[in-house]
Amino acid sequence: MQTRNLTCIGCPMGCALTVEYTPGDKDSIKVTGYTCQRGLKYAIDEVTNPTRTVTGTIRVSNRKNLVVSVKTKDPIPKDKIDAVAEKLKEISVKAPIKIGDVALSNIENTGVDLVITKNID
Amino acid sequence: MKYDVVIIGAGVIGSCIARELSKYDVKALVLEKASDVCEGTSKANSGIVHAGFDAKSGTKKAFFNVEGCKKMPALSKELDFAYKNNGSLVLCFSEDDIPKLEELKKRGEENGVEKLQILSKEELLKKEPALSKDVVAALYAPTAGIVCPFNLTIAMAENAFVNGVEFRLNTEVKNIAKEGDSFKIETNNGTFETKAVVNAAGVYADKIHNFVCSDKLKITARKGEYCLYDKKVGNLVSSTIFQLPGAYGKGVLVTPTVHGNLLLGPTAEDIQDKEAVNTTKNGLDSLQKTAAKSVEAIPYRSVITSFAGLRAHADTDDFIIGESSVKGFYDCAGIESPGLTAAPAIGAWMAETLSKDLSLNKKDNFIGKREGIKSMALASKEEKEALIKKNPLYANVICRCELVTEGEIVDAIKRPLGATTLDGVKRRTRAGMGRCQAGFCSPKTLEILARELNTDMTKITKHGEGSGFLSEHKSL
Amino acid sequence: MKTKIAIIGGGPAGLAAAIEAYDKGVKDVVILERDSLLGGILNQCIHNGFGLHTFKEELTGPEYAQRFIDKVKERNIECLLETIVIDISADKVITAMSKERGIFTIEAEAIVLAMGCRERPRGALNTPGYRPAGIYSAGTAQRYVNIEGKMPGHKVVILGSGDIGLIMARRMTLEGAKVEAVAELMPYSGGLKRNIVQCLDDFGIPLKLSTTVIDIDGKDRVTSVTLAKVDEKMQPIPGTEEKIECDTLLLSCGLLPENELSSQMGVDLSPVTGGAKVDESLETSIDGVFACGNVLHVHDLVDYVSKEASEAGRHAAEYVLGEKTNRGSEVVNISTGNGVRYTVPVCVRKDRLEDLLTIRFRVGNVYKNPEICVYLGDKCIQRRKKQICAPGEMEQVILKKADILADDGAKEIKIAIETN
Repeated sequence: MQTRNLTCIGCPMGCALTVEYTPGDKDSIKVTGYTCQRGLKYAIDEVTNPTRTVTGTIRVSNRKNLVVSVKTKDPIPKDKIDAVAEKLKEISVKAPIKIGDVALSNIENTGVDLVITKNID
Repeated sequence: MKYDVVIIGAGVIGSCIARELSKYDVKALVLEKASDVCEGTSKANSGIVHAGFDAKSGTKKAFFNVEGCKKMPALSKELDFAYKNNGSLVLCFSEDDIPKLEELKKRGEENGVEKLQILSKEELLKKEPALSKDVVAALYAPTAGIVCPFNLTIAMAENAFVNGVEFRLNTEVKNIAKEGDSFKIETNNGTFETKAVVNAAGVYADKIHNFVCSDKLKITARKGEYCLYDKKVGNLVSSTIFQLPGAYGKGVLVTPTVHGNLLLGPTAEDIQDKEAVNTTKNGLDSLQKTAAKSVEAIPYRSVITSFAGLRAHADTDDFIIGESSVKGFYDCAGIESPGLTAAPAIGAWMAETLSKDLSLNKKDNFIGKREGIKSMALASKEEKEALIKKNPLYANVICRCELVTEGEIVDAIKRPLGATTLDGVKRRTRAGMGRCQAGFCSPKTLEILARELNTDMTKITKHGEGSGFLSEHKSL
Repeated sequence: MKTKIAIIGGGPAGLAAAIEAYDKGVKDVVILERDSLLGGILNQCIHNGFGLHTFKEELTGPEYAQRFIDKVKERNIECLLETIVIDISADKVITAMSKERGIFTIEAEAIVLAMGCRERPRGALNTPGYRPAGIYSAGTAQRYVNIEGKMPGHKVVILGSGDIGLIMARRMTLEGAKVEAVAELMPYSGGLKRNIVQCLDDFGIPLKLSTTVIDIDGKDRVTSVTLAKVDEKMQPIPGTEEKIECDTLLLSCGLLPENELSSQMGVDLSPVTGGAKVDESLETSIDGVFACGNVLHVHDLVDYVSKEASEAGRHAAEYVLGEKTNRGSEVVNISTGNGVRYTVPVCVRKDRLEDLLTIRFRVGNVYKNPEICVYLGDKCIQRRKKQICAPGEMEQVILKKADILADDGAKEIKIAIETN
């Protein structure tokens, strides 16, 4: 049985969570300290399959000295953050682009799309 | 190609000499190891135009100080650099020290300084209400002033350039050898042959002198640290406030700058490393503490930056100006305070000396007047409108703290001996000298520099090679 | 040029104020923005965490801004871009400048100040050392990375654990830099707890509390910084020096409301916040001039900026519609009690109170298990327990008008922190 103290990153409140669990046994997980469902979900995910939303930028190939902000549409496994960040350096888009446009689908085999988060005319 | 004169150093001394020399028909070249003019001591000093009572009578310091002080007002109009005749006060805090003030007054009068007076405590506090109540009397010098050392140096250099003097920047002198009638100067950018050499190399004047002369020169770098305060407190005092001078020089002063900031400093510390222009905790703490003796309620929290400069101190305690033991090799060394004030006078004297020694003829097409960069911040409403009408870039504010526009920055880059670095733009336009210290404007200035110099943002530097800011990402 | 309401700044505060003023019935609104696009600082805040309160979604900065920009466009609110305001007179005449129009004036009936804030630079910290390239305020570095797509450096030390410093620790790491440490002068971090986790812990970046930078080395480019631990007086402790080799120093040492224009106008500023002193209507000491967002006081969450700015926009509209009378009505001051650094507003005009009054404030220290107490005169009219209060997290109390007016003679509302 393990105990982990976490700070929830679901919203700016940053509730202090305590998770008791036996590694590998999902049913053994007990969470205290959460004040909403997001917190509960975060705690469970963090000890079984931690994920993060990655935000970054990619080059706008037809504009000088300009990058556009992007994000993974959903959180991706934490251990893929580096690979996703590396991939961003290789790809680019052409303006005009809009919020929500898919810059790259299924980035690094995460099943998650990389989407544009800023309008560029 | 053989030059008549090569000047080593494009600080205020070298630039003044170049400008005065350019009044003659002469093949002149200025060699500067940094990426811009005004990169040494000339960019890190008090900006004071001293009245001239401080130097011992009969010294070169005294002579050139008083001459330079007299020349400054007219020159500032001719060459369009910022200067203000704000007067200075030397404070004393004890009745026992009043004789020292009187001694300074007497010395000043001997040196040719006019209008010196001793003021009483009452007169002082009326004139400068922010002074310490411990003040007892002061020597008042109405002829003293403040000047922008960057404007002055750059104006002189530009004007010299416009009148035919060549400048080679990023060019460091490695060796000088006398060969018959001329000198061969080896640099990292080629070898130059010249009849005469003028050594205006600041803290390295000894190195340059000792290439050629058997009587060796030693220049000690004396560090002075300063603190600069927000324009909001720039009118704390209106005159330049000194304390009685000590062994190491004039001591810590409190002064408005010609641009409206408040300046405190300098300290005085002899150091070994001639590149050590770093400030120190002890230096900054001590200068602020010492300044508080003169002026109550120093607004410490309004500090916007601090910096340090190295004075070139010669053992003789005086300027070393004139032909050395080697014919054709002239020194302008040991130019510590009152060097900035003396510079125009040193320039004139050196040019005249060279014209005699080299039999130079005066030009009849010398362009004496220079128009500086038009400042939108200082322009009237009508002037602003006219500038924008002529060039809409004058409506695009880049530095919002100092209200510097794109028009001015482009001018700074495009004009003779124009800026090629962020510091170069800063010193010519004041962009980046405000309270946010270039936090807002530097990305925009980098972009403008890259565009005007037809290069990439990643190639622009702060002050030359090695001081780059940005790079591309690794994988690309 | 004439307008009913001029909004200085087209960032999140200005946008929200404009929309609310328009919806309240004043169509003649103009936003003055010096950049070439709306959105303000949000354009470079590409991380997420924005909009949880406002939209119940987690958005990135540009996405959050776009929601408001869309509303401004839908309403056809006039926006003058690449237009900088260089002066405002006490009688609300704005002098502005743009490439298109040159210098021109705008006579406004009401003004909403929404200029945001700037960062405290190295110079204002008076940190000794050299002055090489490679020293940036965190926001400037953020701009280079997130707008121009350039790297400001590769081996980084960050001074200041406020949110911008933490966010940049992560950002630089994701872009391939090595962030050696985040140093923080105080014994606690100034940023949101979630940012410590996802920006430092996630990447193994050490947070060094009670630590500051005492020296910077490097003549042309930063070569190292020296850290030292500090005592309770914030003075470096001899013997604790640690030299860290790096080529970049990022500074996240405080945001300062950008009130140069307000000063020029003669608006009364608070020495604690650097922002205007305002009443319950967010009106400053000058009639018809309102302030909101970071120029009023520095916020942590943009959602609260939008909320506050909407209020300012509404009040500005009411002013212009002649609904804002009683400027001279009796004033109740709001003062800071134990532990409270400042409040916004600083006073309320009794006759202008609406049903609910929100007082926003910050504490000056970290308090565990505090009680936020509101006193009207001598009487405590509200008490709320909290797990923790920290300087890095803005707090608020909401009071009912009836409660405030209950004691006729009371001249003061005081907010205080009480601990056991």
